[in-house]
Amino acid sequence: MSKVELNKETGPREVFCGLTSIVWLHRRMPDAFFLVVGSRTCAHLIQSAAGVMIFAEPRFGTAILEEKDLAGLADAHEELDRVVNDLISRRPEIKTLFLVGSCPSEVIKLDLATVAEKLNKRFLGQVRFVNYSGSGIETTFTQGEDGALKALVPLMESSDDEKLLLVGTLANNVEDRFKKIFNNIGITNVESFPPRQSTELPKIGKNTKVLLTQPYLSDTVRDLKHRGCEIIYAPFPLGVEGSTKWFLAAADAFKISELKVHEVIAPLANRARQALEKHNEILSGKKLFLLPESQLEISLARFLHNECGMELVEVGTPYLNKDLMDSELNLLPDDTKIVEGQHVEKQLDRVRASNPDLVVCGMGLANPLEAEGISTKWSIEMVFSPIHGIDQAADLAGLFSRPLKRNQILTSKTLATH
Amino acid sequence: MELTLWTYEGPPHVGAMRVASSMKDIHYVLHAPQGDTYADLLFTMIERRGQRPPVTYTTFQARDLGGDTAELVKRNITEAVERFKPKTLLVGESCTAELIQDQPGALAKGMGFDIPIVNLELPAYSKKENWGASETFYQIVRTLLKDKVNEIDKINPQRWKSLGRRPKINILGPTLLGFRCRDDVIEIQRILSEQGIDTNIVAPLGSSPDDIERLTDADINVCLYHEIAETSCEWLKRNFGMEYTTNIPIGIKNTINFIHEVHEKLDLPLTNKGELEHKSKLPWYSKSVDSNYLTGKRVFIFGDGTHAIAAAKIAKDELGFEVVGLGTYSREMARQVRAVAKDLNIEALITNSYLEVEDAMKKASPELVLGTQMERHSAKRLGIPCSVISTPMHVQDVPARYSPQMGWEGANVIFDDWVHPLMMGLEEHLIDMFKHDFEFVDGHQSHLGHTATKAPYSKENKHEQSNINIQKEKSILWTESGKAELTKVPFFVRGKVKSNTEKYALSKGLPEISDETLYDAKAFFG
Repeated sequence: MSKVELNKETGPREVFCGLTSIVWLHRRMPDAFFLVVGSRTCAHLIQSAAGVMIFAEPRFGTAILEEKDLAGLADAHEELDRVVNDLISRRPEIKTLFLVGSCPSEVIKLDLATVAEKLNKRFLGQVRFVNYSGSGIETTFTQGEDGALKALVPLMESSDDEKLLLVGTLANNVEDRFKKIFNNIGITNVESFPPRQSTELPKIGKNTKVLLTQPYLSDTVRDLKHRGCEIIYAPFPLGVEGSTKWFLAAADAFKISELKVHEVIAPLANRARQALEKHNEILSGKKLFLLPESQLEISLARFLHNECGMELVEVGTPYLNKDLMDSELNLLPDDTKIVEGQHVEKQLDRVRASNPDLVVCGMGLANPLEAEGISTKWSIEMVFSPIHGIDQAADLAGLFSRPLKRNQILTSKTLATH
Repeated sequence: MELTLWTYEGPPHVGAMRVASSMKDIHYVLHAPQGDTYADLLFTMIERRGQRPPVTYTTFQARDLGGDTAELVKRNITEAVERFKPKTLLVGESCTAELIQDQPGALAKGMGFDIPIVNLELPAYSKKENWGASETFYQIVRTLLKDKVNEIDKINPQRWKSLGRRPKINILGPTLLGFRCRDDVIEIQRILSEQGIDTNIVAPLGSSPDDIERLTDADINVCLYHEIAETSCEWLKRNFGMEYTTNIPIGIKNTINFIHEVHEKLDLPLTNKGELEHKSKLPWYSKSVDSNYLTGKRVFIFGDGTHAIAAAKIAKDELGFEVVGLGTYSREMARQVRAVAKDLNIEALITNSYLEVEDAMKKASPELVLGTQMERHSAKRLGIPCSVISTPMHVQDVPARYSPQMGWEGANVIFDDWVHPLMMGLEEHLIDMFKHDFEFVDGHQSHLGHTATKAPYSKENKHEQSNINIQKEKSILWTESGKAELTKVPFFVRGKVKSNTEKYALSKGLPEISDETLYDAKAFFG
C-alpha cells in the first residue's frame, strides 16, 4: 500500500456540475435525448460547455422552469408532460428520453421518477423514459454519467452468458480497438455500456465480469454488483502501464495466462513507449498540479509521473472512491499529496506558491493562470478526446506536452528577437 | 415551462457578472451551487480575459440544505471581503438559491462591514441576462449615489459654460461580453473629444465604485446601450436632472444625429456640420460604382434590439439593401423593433427560438444574413453569407484588431464586414455575363466560398425526403422550356423564383410550367 497523503478540503469550488456530461453522452447514444428539467442557467451552462453549437437541432435541451411552475408542483408535472409530448412529436426518432434533474428541480422536489413512470406507460413500445440527477448540489461533472448509466441498469435484461462488460463511455474507435485486443487475448464476448444505441443495452448477470474504463462510476458499479455482476478491480486504461494492468486484470478474471496477454500487447507497448519518448523530452522533470474536476486526475497523475517523469505537486479530485481507486493509489509515489474537494482560492494560492510548470484545470481558470505565466491544460479535453488504451498513450502525453512546447516556442522567439 | 434547445440570453445573474467583471474594486458573492461557475468561462474564454471574474460562489450542496446555508453564505462573504478587499460588495443568488430563500443580501448588510453592500434581487425564473445587467448597474449607481440626491443641485446640461470648463459627459452601458463595447467606447470618446467634449466616466466598463460616485460631475450622460444603461440614465435624470442621449451612433446618419443631440443638450454650437459625413469612408464606398451591385440585396437581420435596429437603418438607407427580415430576442425592445419593421413593410420577429429564426430566414431567402453567432450557423447551413452584428457571440467575434461598430470607424468596419461576405460587384457581373461558358461551375461564389454543408443529423434529411414526396403528390410539371429558362436565372435567387412560379401556377390552376409561365409569374410578382 502506497503511503499517499490524503487530504480533504471544502469551500468555494470551480467545477462543472453533472449536467455537463450530457455533452459526451448524447454523442455516444445518438438515438437518445437528454431533457434537463431546470432553469435558464442549466440551458446556458450546457450550451457554454458544449462550446459553439454546431448541430441543427441538438439531442439535448432544457425544460426551463418558469415562475408559474414553482407555484404548484401538480402544474409543473403537467407542464413537463406537455413539453415531453411536444418534443416527441417533433423528434419521432428518439428512442430513449433521459429526464435529467437539476439543482432547482431537486430543491422543489419535482418527482421525475413518477413522471418517467407515467410517460413509460403512455409511450410503451415507442420511447423509454429514465430519470437521473445531474444537479450541482449532488454531482460534479463526470458524476452525471454515473447517474445516467445507473438509471439504465434496471432496463438491462438478465443473462447468465459469460461476458466481459466494459463500463464507461469510450470513443468508438477506442472501443473497437479494445475489442480487437481482447479478442486476440482470448476474451471474445465483450460488450460496452453505454452502448452505441440506447436500445441495445447489454444483458447482465452472474457471469458478467465488469471492467471499468472510467473511474467515476461508483453508483453504477454498486448497482451492477447488486445484479450479480463481478467487478474487476484494476487501474484505469490510461497509458501503457495502466492499460497493461487493466488487460491483465481482465485476463485473470477469465483465467487466461499473463503470458498470453504480454504476447499480444508487448509489441503495442513497445511501440507506445517509443512514441512517448518525444513527449517525455518535454514532460520529464516538469512540475504538475492537477485541480479537481473529472475524477480522472489520479489516473492521469499516475501516468504522467510513472511514464512521463513529471513531478507531482498536488493531485486534486472532486471525489475519491477508495475501493475503485485503490489500485491506482498503490501505483503513485509515496507522499503524493491528494486533495479531495476544493477551496478554489486556497488551492490557487498553493498553485502560485509551488510555481508548477503545468496546471490541469477547468476552462474558467485556464486563461487567468496563463496570464500569470503558468501553462495550463483544460481538463474537459480528457473527456472529449480518445485517450484510453496503449495505442493512445502518446496522444494522451501530447495533450500535456503541447502547452509546454508552445510555451517554449513563444518564449524562445521572444528572447531571440529582443 | 419552456422547451429550450439553445438560448440567446443567459440567466440574470450572468448579467450581474458582466457588470461586476467590467468594473474594478468590486466583488460579487453569489449564493449558488457548484456548476454555476461555468459562467467564468464566458469571460475567460470568449473574451480571453486574463483575470477571473470577481465572483465567489458559495457552493452549497444537497447535504447543506438540511442545515444552515445562511452560515455558509456568511462565511463566504467574510472570506471574500478579507481576501479581495472590495470597495463595494454585490451580494445575490442564482436560480437555485432563490428557492431556498436565505436572503444573502440582507445577511450581508447585517454583518457590519463598512463598505457599501448592493443587494441584488434578480428573479431567475422570469428575467434574463440583459435585464440582470441593467438592474445590477442601476442598483450600484443607486446605492452609491442615493445619499447625494439631496446634497447637490439639479444638474443643468449647460452648466459647463458658467463653470468655465469644457463640457463633460459620461458614457454609460458598455460591459464585457457586449458586442465590440471596448472599441465603441474608444471611438465615441475620440469623436466627442474632436468636438471639444471631455469624458468624465465610462461605466460599467473599466470603472470603480469611486468613479460611480463621481458620475454627477458630468453635464449629461451618453446612453450607449439602452439594454444595459437606460434604467440608470433614467434614475440619474429623475434624481439629478441629468439629461441623456437616446441616439445610438451606429451608422453615418445615426452618428451624425447623435452628435447633433449631444450638442443640442449641451447647447454647444456645432461648427463642423459639413465635415461630419466625410469622416467615414462608408458613404463614398457605398456610392462608388462597384457598389451598384449592392442595390436591393436581400438582407435578413436578427440580434439584440440596439444592433438589429441600427443594422436595419444602415442596410436600407446607407447601403441600399432591401431588408426582408428583421427581428430581435430582446423582448424589452420589441416595441421599437416592431416600429422599425413596420416602416420597412415587414413584420418583426420577436422570439427566443433560433429554430423560428432559421425558418424565417429560409422563407425570406436573403442574400445576406446579419445576426448573432447562431444565425451564422443557420446561414452556413443554408449556404447564405453572414456577418455577426450582435451578441451572443463566439470567441472569433472578439477580434484582436480595433473594430468598433459605432462612429466613423464603426461605419467603415460595418461596410467591410457586411460587403466582403458577398460577391464583389464586378465579380458578380462577370459571372452573370459568362455563366453559359463551359468553365462556369453552377453555384460558383466568391473567393470566400460559401458551400452549404448538410447538417449532420438525419432529421433534416428525412424532412427533405418528405418535402420531395409532397411535391410529387401535388407536383406541377416543369416543361423542358420551363426548366431551361429556370437554369438561366442566377442561382442565388433561383430557389425563390422557382417557388414563386409554382405558387403562381397553382393559384392559376395551371397543369404545367413553361418558359412563358415563368415570365408570367415574374410579371405577376414584379
